[in-house]
This record gives sequence, C-alpha cells and structure tokens, in this order.
Amino acid sequence: MSGASDTAWRVGTVVEAHPETPSARRIIIDVDGWPGNIAGQHLDVRLTAPDGYSATRSYSIASAGPGSRVDLAVDKLPDGEVSPFLVDDLMVGDMLEIHGPLGGWFVWEPDAAPDAAAERDGGGSVAASARPVQLIGGGSGVVPLVAMIRSHVAADDSTPFRLLYSVRTPDDVFFSDVLADDGGMPALRVDLIYTRRAPDGWPVTPARITREVVESSVFPASDNPRVYLCGSTTFVETVAEWLVDLGHDPRSIRTERFGGTS
Amino acid sequence: MLSAGPTPHIDTAEWEFSIVPESGEPRTWSWEQLMAEKIEEVTTDIHCVTHWTKLGTTWRGVSLDTLFADVETSQDYVMAHSYGGYTTNVPLDELLNGQAWIAFEFDGEPLDPEHGGPARLIVPHLYFWKSAKWVRSLVMMADDEPGFWEQSGYHIHGDPWKEERYW
Amino acid sequence: MTHLDGNSLAGVLSELFRFDPTTASARCAGCGAIDVLARAMVWEGTPGTVVRCASCDNVLATIVESDDKLWLNFSGITAVEVRR
Repeated sequence: MSGASDTAWRVGTVVEAHPETPSARRIIIDVDGWPGNIAGQHLDVRLTAPDGYSATRSYSIASAGPGSRVDLAVDKLPDGEVSPFLVDDLMVGDMLEIHGPLGGWFVWEPDAAPDAAAERDGGGSVAASARPVQLIGGGSGVVPLVAMIRSHVAADDSTPFRLLYSVRTPDDVFFSDVLADDGGMPALRVDLIYTRRAPDGWPVTPARITREVVESSVFPASDNPRVYLCGSTTFVETVAEWLVDLGHDPRSIRTERFGGTS
Repeated sequence: MLSAGPTPHIDTAEWEFSIVPESGEPRTWSWEQLMAEKIEEVTTDIHCVTHWTKLGTTWRGVSLDTLFADVETSQDYVMAHSYGGYTTNVPLDELLNGQAWIAFEFDGEPLDPEHGGPARLIVPHLYFWKSAKWVRSLVMMADDEPGFWEQSGYHIHGDPWKEERYW
Repeated sequence: MTHLDGNSLAGVLSELFRFDPTTASARCAGCGAIDVLARAMVWEGTPGTVVRCASCDNVLATIVESDDKLWLNFSGITAVEVRR
C-alpha cells in the first residue's frame, strides 16, 4: 500500500448495515479489487439517479489494512442528497460505486518509515512513529481516528496514543465497541467530553469543549506530538487555534473538516 | 451561483452598487438610493447549470433599464463584480429590455447572505451562475472577456436553451 | 458556507495526476507561501470547487466538473513540487 491515490471506480457490495447512533449508520462494504487502505484515508461514494443525475460524497474509512472490506459510519444530514439514502434506504446486498482509497495526508501508519512529509511536519528526520500521536475528534469526526486506533492496535504498535473525543450524549458515541476496549490497549488513552448529556455518575457536568480541557487532555507541546484533528469546521478551527496557543507547532497539526452538504 | 468561497456579509449601511462606464466615472447607489428607485416584482423560471430548473420564482428588485437610464456608454459588454471578488461577464443587450434586475427579495423574504444578499444580479434567461450573488458593480468593457468561472470551464455566454454549459 | 481542507481534493485530482497531489507542495502566486495542498482551504459547490491559500486567501485553483469532463485552473499556483 502506498499513500498514492487510486483512480479506479470500483463496485462495492453492502455486507452489513446497522444503526451506529440515533442519526448514523455503520455500513460495511466489500469492494471488488480494493487494494487495502492506510488509516485515515477516505473514499468517494457515487450515487446515480435513473435520470442520470449523480452525486458524489467523501466518507472517511473507519478500517485500515489489507483486505477488501471497508467500514464506514455515515451520519445523516437531514438536507443531504446522499447521506439520507445511505442511512435510511441502503440495504444489505445493494451495490455502490466506490472510488478510493484516497488521500495521503490525513493518514497514520504504524512503524512508519520516516514520513514523506516529515521535514515539513516539524519532525525533522525522526520517524513518525517515534512521536506520540494525539487524536482529537468531534462527533462523526472520530471515524478516521478510529481507523488509526485500529491500525495502532493491530500492529501492536508502542507509540503513545491519546484520543480526545467530543460528543453530544453517550448515545452519540461512534464505535463505542472499539473505544471501550482500551483496557487491552495500554498505549491508548481515551478522554470523552460530553457536551449535552453525560452518563449517570459522570464526574463532569456536560459542557462544550474548552481550552482548559484541551490543555489537560492532550499531550503537551513539549512531547512534540503529531496531532490529527477531525470534525466540523467550527470544531476544527476552534481547537486548532487553542493548540497553537498552547505551543503546538502548526506543522504538526493535521486537520480534516467535515462539510455540511453530504 | 457564485457560492464557492467565504460568504460575504455586507451590511446594507455599508453596501453600495455602481455602474462604471468607459469615462471611469461611476454612477453609484447606496441602499436607500436603490430602494428609492422603481421596484418591480418579477416572476420567472431559473436554470441551474447542474440540470435543474426552478419554475415560477418570485423576486423583487430594480430593473437594469432603470439603473442604466442615466449611464452613457457605447461599450457592449459588462463585467459584473461581486463582494468577495468573483466576476461574471454578460453582454449589455442581454441585461436591458426587461431581462435583468438587481434583486433584494426572493419569494417574499429579504435575500440572505447565503443566497447572495443583500442584493444580487438576476439574469433569468441565462444559466444561474451569471446571476452574480453579492453584486457590487457592473463595469463596461469594449470586448467580451470571461469572468471567474468562464475562465475555468464554464461557457462564456451561458444560454440554457442552447445548453451552453461549458467551453 | 464553510470550507473543507485540501485533503478533500484527493478524489477529483486523482483523475488528473498519477500521484496524490494533496501531499505535494505548491507555491501561492499571491503571497509566495509554500505549503502542501492538503492544508489549503476548499469550498465545494456550484458552479465549482475553489481552492484558496490558507495564508492569504488567494484563489490557488478551481475545479469544474461536468458529467464527462473536468477543468482544472491552477493559475494561482506558480509551481508544484513533486517527489520523484
């Protein structure tokens, strides 16, 4: 596998689909000829109506590694053209046009050779894996970060990993199965921030993420972490600004904003 | 629709609109001055380049016939400039004779910034990307020159009946 | 309307390039900033996609897509660095 993009449109068959949260659905697709993917990459899904009108949307992949199955978690945007179909109407056995894997930037690989973009990344010649990894996700923005966690676990990688995850309520947690498992993952720490409603007995009152929470939860700038930040534009911009304020090198922060039109 | 960029938010107190003929001396309207012009209600179909047509949309605005009444020009082409920097080109004779308006209301509501407010050009007989959102000036040109999207793949004229979508 | 990151261009640009151009560095013709395309600001929509420099807001590139064609305007970029 390389970070290079792949140009072919492929046919994917839905092999599993079930509710992930009240507004989102987990969809597992077996893609004919899929070459495997690196954690953090995305794919494009193209839907074509009977009159020929087609709409293409990008979705982050929650899985990583070889194999032809990709794991998606799609959040329904009520005015969207594509996501309501994927969440409400798509059935097991349906076929979709899939383009990917795509993107060589917002990616993490275990045991990485010195990163292709390392010099521009504030990392000098240090291998990417030698630096701790701070994942920060808002809502469905956790999806590509889940792929990185899975990749980290699958490789039994020793890089210190932390995830700071902001969600509205306990029901809105994506991939709670993967995240709940951190007892078996000594090199991973998960910090959850509930913004609207917390589980019973949760020590902190639900509130929006703050600079203080970021400061106390993420690896300090002195540890020179690589930061992957994914969520809505507002979330990404707010948190990125705090990180830079807290001394993180902007070149060490990689971002992925979610659009609002899917 | 010129929507690909940050949405400009222009207060009507700051807003102004100009027509700039070859003399270089603009004819300029403040928001109050535009509102004092003859306002027309227009019901028309609009044609988006991505295959859809919206029938019977209702707009309120000032006809370009009214706005060009005191403008002296012998040039035949117009470049529409928007707040936010986008441009689109239209021949002058396709803006006059009841073919184009500076519109500030859509279906009875003030135009919000996402839809080109406070005011946008509407040229309903051309594809809708020619109906420049957030219009700020019309600059006369001796020759037709492509605007922002027309330089980048879209048709220089954009007539839906001839399906003039792309180069 | 909110913008996306240059990362999101990987799909459409894979139709034009044999490599992933989102990890390539480009120089802005407006301010001279050199950065990877993945860090640029991207607005998707009709009539097309606009890519702006994250440092100065200059339009780096536009992409127009029809059903069977693609137009790329890179006039806001003076040069792109590609790894061999």
